[in-house]
Amino acid sequence: MSNLSAVARRAAEATVDAGASDAEAYVSREGGRTVRVHAGEVESLTAATQTGVGVRAWHGHRVGYAYGTDLSEAGVREIAARASEAAAAADEDEFAAPPRPAEFEALPGLGDPSIAEWDTARVVDLALTVERTALESDPRLVGVEVAVYADADEQVAIASSAGVAGSYEASTSYAYLSALAEGEGARETGLGFGLARGPRGLDPKAIGAEGAERALSMIGAAKPASRSCPVVLDETVAASFAGLIGGGLSAKAVQRGRSPFAGRLGDELASAAFALHDDGRDPDGPESAPFDAEGVPRRRTALIEGGRLRSYLFDTYTANREGTTSTGSASRQGYRSLPSVSTSNLIVAPGSLSLEQLLAEAGEGVYVTDVAGLHSGVNPVTGVFSVGASGRMIRDGALAEPVREFTIAGELVGMLSAVSATGSEPRWVPFGGSVSTPPLLVAEMAISGS
Amino acid sequence: MSELIDQALAERVLARALANGGRFAEVFAERRRGQSMSIDESRIEAVQSGAEEGAGVRVVDGNTTYFAHVDGLEPAEIERAADEAAAALRAERREPRPLQAREVTPLAIERRPEDVPAARKAELLRELDERARGKGAEIAQVTAVYAEARRQVAVANSDGLFSGDDRTRTRIAVQTVAQRNGSVETGAETLGAHRGFELLEDDPGQIAEQAAAKSLTLLDAVPAPSGSMPVVVGGGFGGVLFHEMTGHGLEADHIQKGASVYIGKLGEQVAQPLLNAYDDGRLPNEWGSDAIDDEGQPTQKTQVIEDGRLISYLYDHLTGERDGVASTGNGRRETFRHLPIPRMTNTYIAPGESTPEGMIAEVERGFYAVSFGGGQVDPATGDFVFGVSEGYLIEGGKVTSPCRGATLIGNCLDALAAIDAVGDDFFMKTGICGKGGQKVPVGTGQGHVRVGAMTVGGTER
Repeated sequence: MSNLSAVARRAAEATVDAGASDAEAYVSREGGRTVRVHAGEVESLTAATQTGVGVRAWHGHRVGYAYGTDLSEAGVREIAARASEAAAAADEDEFAAPPRPAEFEALPGLGDPSIAEWDTARVVDLALTVERTALESDPRLVGVEVAVYADADEQVAIASSAGVAGSYEASTSYAYLSALAEGEGARETGLGFGLARGPRGLDPKAIGAEGAERALSMIGAAKPASRSCPVVLDETVAASFAGLIGGGLSAKAVQRGRSPFAGRLGDELASAAFALHDDGRDPDGPESAPFDAEGVPRRRTALIEGGRLRSYLFDTYTANREGTTSTGSASRQGYRSLPSVSTSNLIVAPGSLSLEQLLAEAGEGVYVTDVAGLHSGVNPVTGVFSVGASGRMIRDGALAEPVREFTIAGELVGMLSAVSATGSEPRWVPFGGSVSTPPLLVAEMAISGS
Repeated sequence: MSELIDQALAERVLARALANGGRFAEVFAERRRGQSMSIDESRIEAVQSGAEEGAGVRVVDGNTTYFAHVDGLEPAEIERAADEAAAALRAERREPRPLQAREVTPLAIERRPEDVPAARKAELLRELDERARGKGAEIAQVTAVYAEARRQVAVANSDGLFSGDDRTRTRIAVQTVAQRNGSVETGAETLGAHRGFELLEDDPGQIAEQAAAKSLTLLDAVPAPSGSMPVVVGGGFGGVLFHEMTGHGLEADHIQKGASVYIGKLGEQVAQPLLNAYDDGRLPNEWGSDAIDDEGQPTQKTQVIEDGRLISYLYDHLTGERDGVASTGNGRRETFRHLPIPRMTNTYIAPGESTPEGMIAEVERGFYAVSFGGGQVDPATGDFVFGVSEGYLIEGGKVTSPCRGATLIGNCLDALAAIDAVGDDFFMKTGICGKGGQKVPVGTGQGHVRVGAMTVGGTER
């Protein structure tokens, strides 16, 4: 750890030596393993280590970035020189400035010793249990395309010429499967998943059963008739939509006129039932950390409360531009990427209704359990969306026959005022970022089928 | 390739990888270099450069693959990765075959992008910005990205293969936002190839104007229709339709796991006789082309559909071995940190005999999908979905109003069989395809194609 901090310090210094007025270095080291099983056998077993550094250089108000895997002294000097050169090619931006150092509170519990304690054989067994549980659930469950267990332990250190310095260690693990069911002349797939900080936090039988249940429930699915009706989004679908909303609340998208939420701060745009916040320190949040990707303390930020839009998410640059302070919302995909504004753990507040009550409230409608084509079917600038979906009909307030091959269409901001109730049981979902959400009842949505 | 890993080291690594047995071992070494920058609000920003190197070692025993990868090309580290990959095996040592270096001619690069000054790339982005804004005051936002990437790879395996490649790709992308009286629309266009900076010497600013024109057109858009109707799909990136609804289902890993609707369909008529389709990793300097795949197999042209009949799946080394056929040169991996899997290269529907005007003229009421934002398929069920980025109504055999927010949805086998016209106006476009957490560059292509009936999901009835 101190070793990584030393590399970060050295890289920041080397960048200033190379001519930058300020510099920040982000170093990460990750060790991980992935087990994929198929038909009762291990299909692949991967052991991985990755170490790299990303350096941000400022020349006054110009910024450049470079990254690399060579952490030797000469390697780091070369990366530093490239970062400094990159800055020279950028244009001046008066709001570009290095983040100031701030005190952050330690956040214990981000690592899980079970990752180190569980040997390969034990995690292989976990993945096999996921698969076996699904296969043994029902004769119509004809196969599992793949069942996966993966974990990773990451150490992060950051240092800057402005005095930012910090480090932490965090672990993640997850398992999932794609189960295949067959019936009425067609194949159906079902996803089951779980995530935790270590393997001991995963329930392989529940994961296998979920995949099987989802696949089996789709047998015989047909195309529904086009209509406008109440829709219940399950947690996985609700999370995908929450993630899209979170993306639109990034101050960068807002400031550059590329968000449907631009100019709406303070507006009443959601129903009272829908409340949303971001919390980079939630003890259960997969993305929790003491500080963000540029060393600013993570915190809780209310986004939508009482139906009103309360705040956007800011990193240092967007906050400078607005004359406000960062919400600790800088993220990066490892050392290879420049920090940019993003949600950390996005949390939709749970309501008071069980799933059964939500369905009863919907009366006649559709329960959507899967959406596809989000990256092409949603316009993040306008919020207009039309995405592929599958799920179950809701008849007389209860789940009825499965449906597939239809689209749900609408517009993100408008959808928020149509959320008429939220479920009482939230779940962490790795879609749309890292999201905790219950199922949501949307009073009306356009369904396009036959 | 010897620059990345010399023959003696490769032989040592393979011997260590098979120290505890195994049927097949491979070492893949890679050096990656890249630079990118963007323009936003008419300001050059996000200037960045990356340099990574590393190696991955795999050992195959029975149906199991053991894989370990390391950052850096230190011989000791690569040997440690070999030991790690071999650690779980408990059988008798196997001797790899002696390596036979193969001659490979990488695709020709005329002007190495890394030799072009950053200021020239910035100037190019400024031109894109100006050309897009030049389309009128309603263009409110322009962002453009320039990216170059070079991958030098070397691969050696226990069958004696020792090969390598040097690949350089260059790409620009433009996105525009048009605004009028509170209505907001976007447009996007890209240009990319397995080429150097020479790609950008012939008026790249055109794509900025095309993106701007798309967003301006959409300002007059009406909500997309809903329901089943004939759909005419545009050339070039329209080929993503075939990529999603057929290409993925032909990748042999999906077939062998029972997760494709094309299982058992080899030799069968899956489309009308007018349809011929290929995967071709050898198209000169095309975005999805390479000299060899990431297992060292020379890339090839594979016909997958002949006169409407399905004639081949797409194989990598392991899936080919399992089916008793040779790899079709489709074993690709995003980086040395990934295992190779069967992937498409450049996939396309060969030109047919219809004209775009002719196939539209025959449609009384339908939808014209000029281009897509992207698509997604579940190969196991065959369900697919495509987001239309530029679409129009067809009324009385004529293209009429532009539509916003359209999605095409359907099932692969039905839609493939419903293709009833293929255009003669063939061209290719670039895409980035994701599968199993790995992104690889792929080409898609076709002339205009008409699908007799498909579900359009919009907000209007």
